[in-house]
Amino acid sequence: MNDAVLRVEGLRVLYDHPVGEVRAVDDVSFSLRPHERFGLAGESGSGKSTMALAILRLIRPPGRIDGGDVWLDDTRLSSLSDDAMRKLRLAGIALVPQGSMNALNPVLRIRAQIADALGDHGTLLSRRETDAHVRDLLGHVGLPPDVADMYPHELSGGMKQRACIAIAICLRPKVIIADEPTSALDVVVQRQVMATLARVQEELGAAVVLVGHDMGLMAQFVDRLGVMYAGRLVEVAPIGEIITSPKHPYTQMLIASLPSLERKGMMQGIPGLAPLLRDLPPGCAFHPRCPLAVARCRAERPELRAVAAGAQAACHLA
Amino acid sequence: MTVLLEARHVTRTYGGGLLDRDSTVALEDFSLAIDSDRPSVTAIVGESGSGKTTLARLLLGLVAPTSGQVLYQGRDLHDLSGTERRAFRRDIQAIFQDPYGVYNPFYRVDHVLTTPVAKFRLARTKAAARGLIEDALRAVGLRPEEILGRYPHQLSGGQRQRVMVARALLLRPHLIVADEPVSMVDASLRATILGSLRQLNQERGISIIYITHDLATAYQVADNIIVLYRASVAEAGDVELVVKAPNHPYTQLLIASIPQVSLERNWLSEPAAGHQEGQGVGGCKFVSRCPVAMAVCQQSKPPLFRTELRRVVACHQYASGGSQPEAMASVFASE
Ligand SMILES: Nc1ncnc2c1ncn2[C@@H]1O[C@H](COP(=O)(O)OP(=O)(O)OP(=O)(O)O)[C@@H](O)[C@H]1O
Ligand SMILES: Nc1ncnc2c1ncn2[C@@H]1O[C@H](COP(=O)(O)OP(=O)(O)OP(=O)(O)O)[C@@H](O)[C@H]1O
Ligand SMILES: [Mg+2]
Ligand SMILES: [Mg+2]
Repeated sequence: MNDAVLRVEGLRVLYDHPVGEVRAVDDVSFSLRPHERFGLAGESGSGKSTMALAILRLIRPPGRIDGGDVWLDDTRLSSLSDDAMRKLRLAGIALVPQGSMNALNPVLRIRAQIADALGDHGTLLSRRETDAHVRDLLGHVGLPPDVADMYPHELSGGMKQRACIAIAICLRPKVIIADEPTSALDVVVQRQVMATLARVQEELGAAVVLVGHDMGLMAQFVDRLGVMYAGRLVEVAPIGEIITSPKHPYTQMLIASLPSLERKGMMQGIPGLAPLLRDLPPGCAFHPRCPLAVARCRAERPELRAVAAGAQAACHLA
Repeated sequence: MTVLLEARHVTRTYGGGLLDRDSTVALEDFSLAIDSDRPSVTAIVGESGSGKTTLARLLLGLVAPTSGQVLYQGRDLHDLSGTERRAFRRDIQAIFQDPYGVYNPFYRVDHVLTTPVAKFRLARTKAAARGLIEDALRAVGLRPEEILGRYPHQLSGGQRQRVMVARALLLRPHLIVADEPVSMVDASLRATILGSLRQLNQERGISIIYITHDLATAYQVADNIIVLYRASVAEAGDVELVVKAPNHPYTQLLIASIPQVSLERNWLSEPAAGHQEGQGVGGCKFVSRCPVAMAVCQQSKPPLFRTELRRVVACHQYASGGSQPEAMASVFASE
């Protein structure tokens, strides 16, 4: 697919642990079309945040990227110097990290935090220009201009998250990666923040990667969804396809774990525990929890393969 | 009906007295009675800052009401004798949001379970204590051999939270107050943990107060629901009535805001009522966001109107229902 704005190819990340290595991302490939909204879903610990950080080369020791490539248009990110990579963050790909709304600097006003991001990237602006730019950005995310003079503790959760989005879009990136941007917010505020993200994305013409585990949110927001299990992508398909006919049993169970508002007793957890990454079962990593597992699943690991038009799944039974 | 725990016109303010302009009203004129003969699950839902945790702390006796009373078996918590207080501490158990904060990282997980056994002298021998603990762990779907002997960081978030449920269970309480017990875990574990709570209610007759900002899980586990908006009850009653056919415009907004797994994608496009600060002094707290506000809503605060046998709503649209001062206390009690 040559029209992709972002391409991830065979990405692998390891964390070194005293007791052994943990493979948090294992041979993950996907690509993002311009303007597309792509979701990355999976249980806690499945490697979603590690993926997001790895795309931006932000993995720190004891972690390391030990394979694969990321392309932004025609730029191969692994070929960039550290300095060039630093410039590309925000300007090319912007990350709204998990929990970032609670990681804003408590002693800096919002204006200074946005100005820092601009300054870090060598955008030298006069005080007046900065002020105008900050006001413009705040307007974009639906915040009143006086927010620039406030400290994070003076803002509600929804306002803080909007401020984080304002920082992420300040250099008009082509790709925005948002890691669980709304899981700490209530549903009313969540909807407002996601509507803001969608609008900003359209104005910028950017593509978005949304990381999370709420299948309802994914169903309403993304165009295509990738489902991760134990560090690997186990299903990738257009969202409509995922909702109407999920191919991987894990995807089916993720959907079933969402509480229904229609009928009681429809909420089912996925039985068993998420596997230990440093001690994965042989064959398909999901087989101990899979109600459909057969002998082959215990012996042979299924690769991600095309199962329908535009849809891929890593399951022997799909 | 024998009342286990009751809140009577409880108001709690922070910072200054009742009439202080700078004070925050965290909970206002709240009444609720938990029946000890009919175990129930009551959900308390509301946005951040609506007063949910304040209510939990009041019911647990961790803070005192600014006005009104909290009563345990008919006795004001304030007036309990030493023995009564001990009984109360055992009978009403709490589960909080962050299971990690409760654990001491230097002690094995066993510690949080052996401490209450010793403190309330639940077992005579070590073997009996071990038996009690193992039973409690199994009751929440954990394998004792996988949990005991480990340190907190060696368990997953969901396992740690279920150990807290097991701990609450050890004391065979009549009521568990759970404040956002699953907001830190993912959707799949959420279902598992709430499933164990529901089972405790059905199989062991323990009443549960489940506090959350997630209306969908509230619908799944609760019999009754109370929707709080800015320290006041907006709507309360049978969960089937309130969730399937919400009366209050705020409850309607809450339900419309939940993203659904469906091919119909209208969630982003529907206008979500903005959050305007400030409220009509003396009027309805929701008036600035209300799509159907009337003149009266600016002037007078709506009392709880009883729209059905098992539902009350604080909204002037339902004024013909007739208000009853004790409506909140009785709405869950009537069959
Ligand atoms: N800094 C680190 N050092 C060691 N191991 C790590 C580190 N960060 C993550 N891991 C491990 O890598 C795996 C993937 O973690 P990651 O944070 O990517 O998961 P996630 O899918 O984002 O989960 P969540 O939904 O809880 O945010 C986990 O097993 C985790 O314990
Ligand atoms: N100890 C305190 N001192 C001062 N104000 C407080 C205190 N505790 C709570 N408040 C205020 O009372 C109001 C209700 O807070 P509460 O914690 O009960 O809300 P909540 O519904 O539990 O919110 P959340 O969903 O964020 O947990 C808020 O305005 C809060 O700032
Ligand atoms: Mg994460
Ligand atoms: Mg709270």
